[in-house]
Amino acid sequence: MNKERHFHISRRKELPWYRAWAIRGAAIVLALLVCALVTMLLTGEDPLRIYATMFAGAFGTARKAWVLGQNLAILLCISLAVTPAFRMRFWNIGAEGQVLISALACAACMILLADRVPNWLLIVIMSAASILAGAIWAVIPAFFKARFQTNETLFTLMMNYVATQLVAYFVIVWEVPKGSGTIGIINQSTQAGWLPQIGDSKYLLNILVVGVLTILMFLYLNYTKHGYEIAVVGESERTARYVGIKVDRVIIRTLLLSGALCGVAGLLLVGGTDHTVTTTIAGGRGFTAVMVSWLAKFNPLAMIFASFLLVFLGRGANEISTVFSLNHSFGDILTGVILFFIIGSEFFINYQLHFRSEADYGAPGSERPTEGGKGKAHV
Amino acid sequence: MKKTLSILLALCLVAALLVGCGAQTPATETQQPAGNDEPTPVDEPTPVDETDPKADLKVGFIFLHDENSTYDLNFLNAARETCAAMGFAEDQFIYRTNIPEGQECYDAAAEMVDAGCTIIFADSFGHEPYMIQAAQEFPEVQFCHATGTRAHTEGLANYHNAFASIYEGRFLAGVAAGMKLNEMIEAGDFAAEDAKIGYIGAFTYAEVMSGYTSFFLGARSICPSATMEVTFTGSWYDETAEKEAANKLIADDCKLISQHADSMGAPTACETAGIPNVSYNGSTQDACPNTFIVSSRINWAPYYEYVINAVLNGEDIPADWTGTIATGSVQLTDVNEAVAAEGTVEKMAEVADALVAGELQVFATDTFTVDGEELSSYMADVDTDAAYTGDTEVIADGYFHESEFRSAPYFDVQIDGITLLDTAF
Repeated sequence: MNKERHFHISRRKELPWYRAWAIRGAAIVLALLVCALVTMLLTGEDPLRIYATMFAGAFGTARKAWVLGQNLAILLCISLAVTPAFRMRFWNIGAEGQVLISALACAACMILLADRVPNWLLIVIMSAASILAGAIWAVIPAFFKARFQTNETLFTLMMNYVATQLVAYFVIVWEVPKGSGTIGIINQSTQAGWLPQIGDSKYLLNILVVGVLTILMFLYLNYTKHGYEIAVVGESERTARYVGIKVDRVIIRTLLLSGALCGVAGLLLVGGTDHTVTTTIAGGRGFTAVMVSWLAKFNPLAMIFASFLLVFLGRGANEISTVFSLNHSFGDILTGVILFFIIGSEFFINYQLHFRSEADYGAPGSERPTEGGKGKAHV
Repeated sequence: MKKTLSILLALCLVAALLVGCGAQTPATETQQPAGNDEPTPVDEPTPVDETDPKADLKVGFIFLHDENSTYDLNFLNAARETCAAMGFAEDQFIYRTNIPEGQECYDAAAEMVDAGCTIIFADSFGHEPYMIQAAQEFPEVQFCHATGTRAHTEGLANYHNAFASIYEGRFLAGVAAGMKLNEMIEAGDFAAEDAKIGYIGAFTYAEVMSGYTSFFLGARSICPSATMEVTFTGSWYDETAEKEAANKLIADDCKLISQHADSMGAPTACETAGIPNVSYNGSTQDACPNTFIVSSRINWAPYYEYVINAVLNGEDIPADWTGTIATGSVQLTDVNEAVAAEGTVEKMAEVADALVAGELQVFATDTFTVDGEELSSYMADVDTDAAYTGDTEVIADGYFHESEFRSAPYFDVQIDGITLLDTAF
């Protein structure tokens, strides 16, 4: 018997932007519908109340809006960090580790230098230390890639675990009190090394810093020679070499930048808001950032929306599990559903489904030509 | 191409329709006249008494993990029990589970304040600095933190610590262990001088040291030849490490095992090896019917009720509150008669009465020695600092005054008869 597929898949040509966004929009709508359905089946709640709760979780109070802004800023900052490397086709999935190690460096300065140097100097030192730590953590795999062609995906991934274990070790060294397994708020009474607060909100500084970085990164990638070199290396290393770009140098330089930006994220987290360090301080954002960067097609301005979307959904899903007294994992399930649809929509943007209509099959029972003809050979 | 576009458009239309229709529903509902047959979804038939302060009260609970941790489950159950006993309506309490010991704890507490909570409880030691941070910012809200140590030195009128005299519970559990050891010696299972207990602790931290020492003293008060070996896992919850630690102690010829860690690792290892086990946090009898003897636990409901009532009556909450056997905070589970020695229940009741009456002290200095000598003076680290500097004399009237100068334990004396196998943590 000859079994024909009822559809086949082909690669699309570039879609006009409005159609691509229509597909994405439809995916989000579908995701929200499925989320509402799942929640409704489990809790019997009115789906509208579910959406309202999601919205309230993200914007319900001024504080919630600020926290949303803070989470958005940190995620965006890490996304910006991984982007130049990705444009270069250097798969840096070590942002988590780079943020962690810079958070550790920042905390170390705050703990060890608090009583020894004036506060302004401490802030300068810890900023430098954080950025340097992140940069070093990123440049190690870059060096090996440039020199020995090692696999950067595995290398950066492994560096995450090294960073996590280092943080775990130092948490035990500096834990207060011994046996608690936590450092607690560093310099809670003196506030030494805490980044200054702008106005009433302790989150505003982080948001402003990341806002400026976003614009700078956009300019860097699109309007500078460095940005152009990154794009050329990403397209083809051979072309890059041919036109006289020193590929090794570009790789190392770009990863230094990547790591340094992760360092800024670590600095803002520890010095700006959390004032502590834990193994979970990056909270998986080093990996979520990969998704943000890809969803935004490596465009820093589009990343604002992509990270807003992910943070909004995450906060909303959490609120649902709190308000409807569901297990915390329920929020993760909803986020999973939403991400599934969003990532799935990229498939429909890049590929096209061709359905076979009745006409293609011809009248039932009639002979029709087939391309393969293997089935036919037996007839 | 055209087809996909039309499918897409259709989908968008359906979505728009659904959203559109949905958006209209509440609007029409509000326009309905009040005299509708359908029961209006306004308040349940709760007797809304305007003068009842209880109806305005809102309480928030912050938990480190969720039901899957025996430690947090113990708190969750107490919170549910308290809210039910208080007759709170659904919107009068908020539970937030899986709140890490970081900035998230402050955010959760602050959001609870925004939501109108006037009492906020947190259950994990590492939440303390964030609770203090929130307490400084919201002086009109009461922040009550279990297991913390800083309330009495922080000087905040709205920040409080609580713990329970769980060392008394462990002493009683130790009595049950001693009875079991005696029974095994009499049955000729081993010689009296081989009565060695194994104990798995999380860290070499006062809470754990106070726990295993009181357990050992309880056992030795019944079985005078008992000795004990303690090993540490370096984690409050690590099933594999706790299981391995139990197996190590069993291989080391320990005749009975107890633990201070939150997983089922040690109890299940004991069940497999057929070694009697005294548990913690709650009964493990279902999983270990042939080896479980008894378990001590802290019941947090009395504290929750105490705080809520104090706020309702406008009374002050002390910086430190220590629950006892008498307040119902220190509890022991039902004894597993199949494993425990005969007369265990009666003996434990007798000892408990003596403890409540004050006739018996767990840490009476004539029951233990340190480096061969009786302890006559000890400076304990009551006012927490990183270096554990002793600051308060805690021995008076012939016993170590545990949990009196602050609620969290501070007994960290290493007594004779207990061998620490590894102190890496």
